[in-house]
Amino acid sequence: MAAGPMKMRATLGQGFTDVRVLMNHPMETGQRKDSDGKLVPTHFIQNLTVKVNGKLVVDAQISQAVSRNPVFSFRLKGGAKGDKIEVAWADNKGESNSTEIAVA
Amino acid sequence: MNRIRRALVAAIAVGLVKPLAALAAWNKEAFGAKTPAEALKNIGVPNAAASTDVHIEAPQIAENGAVVPIEISSNIPGTTALVVLIEKNPFPLTARFDFKEGALPFVKVNVKMGETSDVRVIAEAGGKHYSASREIKVTIGGCGG
Repeated sequence: MAAGPMKMRATLGQGFTDVRVLMNHPMETGQRKDSDGKLVPTHFIQNLTVKVNGKLVVDAQISQAVSRNPVFSFRLKGGAKGDKIEVAWADNKGESNSTEIAVA
Repeated sequence: MNRIRRALVAAIAVGLVKPLAALAAWNKEAFGAKTPAEALKNIGVPNAAASTDVHIEAPQIAENGAVVPIEISSNIPGTTALVVLIEKNPFPLTARFDFKEGALPFVKVNVKMGETSDVRVIAEAGGKHYSASREIKVTIGGCGG
């Protein structure tokens, strides 16, 4: 399944910026069987990065144990309206996607 | 024009650079480990001291193991990474988050749990490791379904 769109929201909190991001991804564990009883091969996001105004702030490695269509929340120190937040991922099949928004 | 160029550059970057970088950055040994001890050894956390400053917010009972919301954070000054292990999952290591200057050591994420298990979170600060763990009961597993 091809990578679907991502959704992201970044809002200013009390002294921090709250970033919530949703990715469309099957996150197959390799343990699930299809209707023919065959194992579905693993297909999951492995790397995830968060950048603020081009600067890397969160660098994550994740496993197949993250739920399907993952939703992550991160908190960034301070922040200001208009800061550009970019989130990118790459999976074990070499697919990747990214999205960018400005802090509201 | 600029837009098109940016899109092109982004497409090239995404298509070529990212997968290579990703392959290098994903710790295959640690994520492929079948026991928590082996996973921790491979991710560079040999031993961690129990700490009350590492927080795990999660339901006591998760009705659906396929989507278990957890919220992890650390109050230890200078926390640079959070590692999550679900001890009884087939591959216990679930995630490692590295925080650079500008990010707070806080993550909220949904995870899958095969069965009732301890969830362990380890914070790295100043080269030392601090851990907290919490049991989450699962009524329906989330790995096979």
